[in-house]
Amino acid sequence: MLVSILLAVSITLMYSAPLMFAGLGGVISENAGVVNIGIEGMMTIGAFFGAAVGYFSGNPWLGFLAGGLSGGLLALAHAVASISFRADQTISGVALNFIGPGLALFLSRKLFAGSAMTKPVEHPIPTIFGSYAAKSSNVLIKAANIEMTVPIVFICAFVLWFVLYKTSWGLRIRSVGENPAAADTLGINVYRIKYLAVFVSGVLSGFGGATMTLAVMNYFTQSTISGQGFIALAAVIFGKWKPHGTMAACLLFGFAQALVVLLGGSNSKIQIPSSLLSMLPYVLTLISLVLFVRHSSAPKADGIPYVKGH
Amino acid sequence: MQSQQAYAVEMQSIYKYFDDFCALNAVNLKVKKGSIHALLGENGAGKTTLMNVLYGLYKADSGRILINGEQVEMKNPNVAIEHKIGMVHQHFKLVENFTVVQNIMLGKEVSKAGFVLDISRARKQVVELSKTYGLTVDPDAKIEDISVGMQQRVEILKALYRGVEILILDEPTAVLTPQEINELVNIMRNLTEGGKTIIIITHKLKEIKKSSEYCTIIRRGKYIDTVDVKNVTEQQLASMMVGREVNLVVAKTKTNPGDVVFRIDNLTVEDSRKIERVKELSLSVRKGEIVGIAGIDGNGQKELVEAITCLTKVKAGRISINGVDLQNTSPHNVIKNGITTIHEDRHKRGLVLDFPVKYNLILENYNRPRFAGHAILHEQAIHKFAQDSISRYDIRPENCASELARALSGGNQQKVIIARELSDNPELLLAFQPTRGLDVGAIEFIHSALIKHRDSGHSILLISFELDEIMNVSDRICVLYDGRIVAEFQQGEVDENGIGLLMAGGERKNGI
Amino acid sequence: MGSKIAELLNKTATKIILAIVLGFIAGALALAVAGYDPGTSYSMMFTSIFSSPQNMIQVLILTMPNILTGLSVAFAFKTGLFNIGGEGQYIVGAIAAVMVGGVLNLPPVINVIVIVLVAFVAAGLYGALAGFLKAKFGIHEVITTIMLNWIALYLNNYLVSLPGIGVKNTEYSFPIKQSAWTNVLNGWKTSPHGQAYLSTHPALSTILLGTDINYGIIIAIVVAIAVSFLLYRTTFGYQIRAVGLNKDAAEAAGIRVKKSIVMTMFIAGGLSGLAGALQMTGTLPHALVTLANQPGYGFNGITVALMANSSPIGCIFTALLLSALQFGGSTIQMNLGAPSEVVNIMIGVIVFFVAVASMFTMISERIKRRRVKIAG
Repeated sequence: MLVSILLAVSITLMYSAPLMFAGLGGVISENAGVVNIGIEGMMTIGAFFGAAVGYFSGNPWLGFLAGGLSGGLLALAHAVASISFRADQTISGVALNFIGPGLALFLSRKLFAGSAMTKPVEHPIPTIFGSYAAKSSNVLIKAANIEMTVPIVFICAFVLWFVLYKTSWGLRIRSVGENPAAADTLGINVYRIKYLAVFVSGVLSGFGGATMTLAVMNYFTQSTISGQGFIALAAVIFGKWKPHGTMAACLLFGFAQALVVLLGGSNSKIQIPSSLLSMLPYVLTLISLVLFVRHSSAPKADGIPYVKGH
Repeated sequence: MQSQQAYAVEMQSIYKYFDDFCALNAVNLKVKKGSIHALLGENGAGKTTLMNVLYGLYKADSGRILINGEQVEMKNPNVAIEHKIGMVHQHFKLVENFTVVQNIMLGKEVSKAGFVLDISRARKQVVELSKTYGLTVDPDAKIEDISVGMQQRVEILKALYRGVEILILDEPTAVLTPQEINELVNIMRNLTEGGKTIIIITHKLKEIKKSSEYCTIIRRGKYIDTVDVKNVTEQQLASMMVGREVNLVVAKTKTNPGDVVFRIDNLTVEDSRKIERVKELSLSVRKGEIVGIAGIDGNGQKELVEAITCLTKVKAGRISINGVDLQNTSPHNVIKNGITTIHEDRHKRGLVLDFPVKYNLILENYNRPRFAGHAILHEQAIHKFAQDSISRYDIRPENCASELARALSGGNQQKVIIARELSDNPELLLAFQPTRGLDVGAIEFIHSALIKHRDSGHSILLISFELDEIMNVSDRICVLYDGRIVAEFQQGEVDENGIGLLMAGGERKNGI
Repeated sequence: MGSKIAELLNKTATKIILAIVLGFIAGALALAVAGYDPGTSYSMMFTSIFSSPQNMIQVLILTMPNILTGLSVAFAFKTGLFNIGGEGQYIVGAIAAVMVGGVLNLPPVINVIVIVLVAFVAAGLYGALAGFLKAKFGIHEVITTIMLNWIALYLNNYLVSLPGIGVKNTEYSFPIKQSAWTNVLNGWKTSPHGQAYLSTHPALSTILLGTDINYGIIIAIVVAIAVSFLLYRTTFGYQIRAVGLNKDAAEAAGIRVKKSIVMTMFIAGGLSGLAGALQMTGTLPHALVTLANQPGYGFNGITVALMANSSPIGCIFTALLLSALQFGGSTIQMNLGAPSEVVNIMIGVIVFFVAVASMFTMISERIKRRRVKIAG
């Protein structure tokens, strides 16, 4: 019993980690007043670069960083559009959701002999107990042997929370999301903060994608990222734009994805058609939004382009 | 050199363009150190633009700025802050869900180890400052929970916290009662005695007389004159501001109101945060009467208007016209029963800016048989109606029927709204801040349109934060304070000071 | 000179054309970096379309769903809503069409009408659900419609997996009855008389038998005109445009904003559903297929609507352009080995630059300001 609970927790954490990275990305961007619908695209490009660099270098951490960086670079395009050119942030984000997967598949075909799927990564992200778990006879250790990305995302969440609520940078970031004109008159560089927040948002989303290909699966394909970016956005709303709330929401959605694995296994007692199980995370996201999002507590200037001097 | 030192601020031949529009055309301004200097002009004359240039929010297209005799390039607010210039904007620049202390220190935070906030130390500094200058604030309250007056004090503290020597106040009295204005004048005197220089932007003549030593007048982006306030009358200031003789009083005849048409009984309304904003309010409006509701912003006006127009739900009470209950029905039903509304924010509630003028003129009536049949719009009828309205209400330019409403000036946009709201001769016109942000000409036009509507036997409920407007236009005046009508007068029964005291929550004494 | 450029840059059409040009430049860069000659690739994309009547017809067949999903997105834009749920609504429309069309056996034309109406209503309700969630709970339609896309996809797969619906050991459901197919000369071309005629006319035969040529594109064009009429000539269109441009003012004027939102999403959903239904009645296998990924037409609709600046008539032409691009993309993959995803990059870049159209406005303003300064 303990083993199966532990296993369920591990699988939940495994599936939650990519969502959590992306969710934290959403939190920082939206707290600085930029809606980032493009998270999905940033996750996709991060997932691809994570797998590709991980495959060619043989080093998963290099892949992980490359995934983050690629997400960050794509996010810069969103920053240029939405901050400097005051574009409609939704449309610009959607554009990135075209460009991200387009670029990922284009490069995949170029680098992997015309295939829309990368080769499997030989060394994925290590687990917390590493090879010790394989040798160990302790079933608990085997069950709790989660990937390093899980502790990393929790550390990221703590750091983000601390920065947002306990430091002067956080005060400035939040002021930009709430009332950029106020921040501007006090000599705070609104554009720089927004750029930085969007870039970090992209890096975190890229990490989320790379987690998917380096810790959850071990290759990239067209359907690796299928809606996780949007589920992460829903988690941001559900978590009231706060890091801790978003983490909790991601756990819930990660659990729904874990259920697909846990209940879909052939040795499971209840047989539910896999298509219906696969629907679960999306249905749960919708239902939780309906049930819990009564009044919005989004940053006041979220999604509104800031024009200096207006 | 010595004589220049006497000026804290010198702005020489400032030009500023917005696209093709020349907002500032060779404007000059010299402010003596340690003085209170008023900057007078109509809405849109360029006062705020000039101050935004001084504060570095806008970059002048040409001209020189000298601070204490030294030429400075005001690239951004940081340069202004470096030169100890502070600005309190008309619309406060405060982060609503931050505390007073957080707002004051934002951008110049008190911190440990370089980046970890030290709230308690910052709090101490704020408390000290507020004691020194007599600016009472609650340092730990969130901005969204404190009064407008306190928010203004927070803004002034923000400037003092940054050690300002030159303080710009943009329309600081718009949201204050006469008593609070006196208090503000005292604070300003305290500050100048401490060696600080104050520039106050305003279009209110009385306050200039009350507070300032010098006054610079600008009109349509052009420098007119700088005068010594003691040597001019209000009337003279007014004609310099407007460029012609102005009649400060609205011409209107006595009225003989008929039966009660519209009434509100024991109305209670909550805002979105479940706080009661209108509390058991009752009032009535009779046929052929203008009832004015005086009060400071934030005393329930917005919620009262939204309740009458059914844009928000009523918690308790009745709203009725000719005996028909309206509360908690729909905006459509309210209009159908003969109440139309001029909303406070014409860009938000009044107009669809990206619709042509003609479509804006039928926003409430597009479904009526004269404009549509079988769900198809009658373009010709709509266009003809628009032409009629445009000439009747002198909306300019004359050929604007197919132009976007966005392209019109503020005054003409407001005329479009008035034309629409009066087009069906409503039983009751609800006018909420109908002249907000308009120039003198447009204000005169709108006041006379209101009075004409009254003279044709209809009723008007006027809600305004401008006490002058209420005093000039209303036949009967109700004073709104904290969601309640605290007093009621016939026109002429009371003076501004008496009402001002009630607006601030003072007791009604004998004799007023 | 400067002023003319400034004026031109400020025109919506110019901005969109520039965005398209930039999309092509980005595609060329991607191709060049990947080691393919952009000139050869682009000319192949272009010439391949006109290389045979079959190919041209193929492009038109592809255009039909893109027009309808484009109209779907454009219509929702008019109420200020971003319908990226075209994928799911398309699938729901297809499901409804097959479920009804596989069972119902009415006279040919009536049969099609019934199927199409049922599909429109089913997908419309699916779209209206997102509208309802927006109106009632304020949940952003982008998130709800994406979730609904995936739910529809798995619903489709679930149905195909059911014994009564799926055909055993295949990835297909049962097909729509032939009486409801919308193919050109549907009955005649398979009749003995028709087959005999076609065997002696190879050119006609390749078109009628070698492609899924169907009436869908004509219906789509008629629908585009109808949507345009609805938007610009009727009180309903007036109402939803007022809501889209300023919902606060519309509300104050007595327009029922929430109802408008739900109604708009119903129609938007219905239009995407129509694409799915006509695809089922018009193209092989006339049945549902297990989906590994979204069909893509819903997302195409976003590009179509944005390139058309939400003009319904414009959608006809931008859908044609997009379909030609996508068809061309597949030919370069086949012939040059160049990744067809270059088209996705181009589309993304086009959408991106449509989003930053204000960039061109800002450049235009800068040109103008410089002039004023010189003049002043």
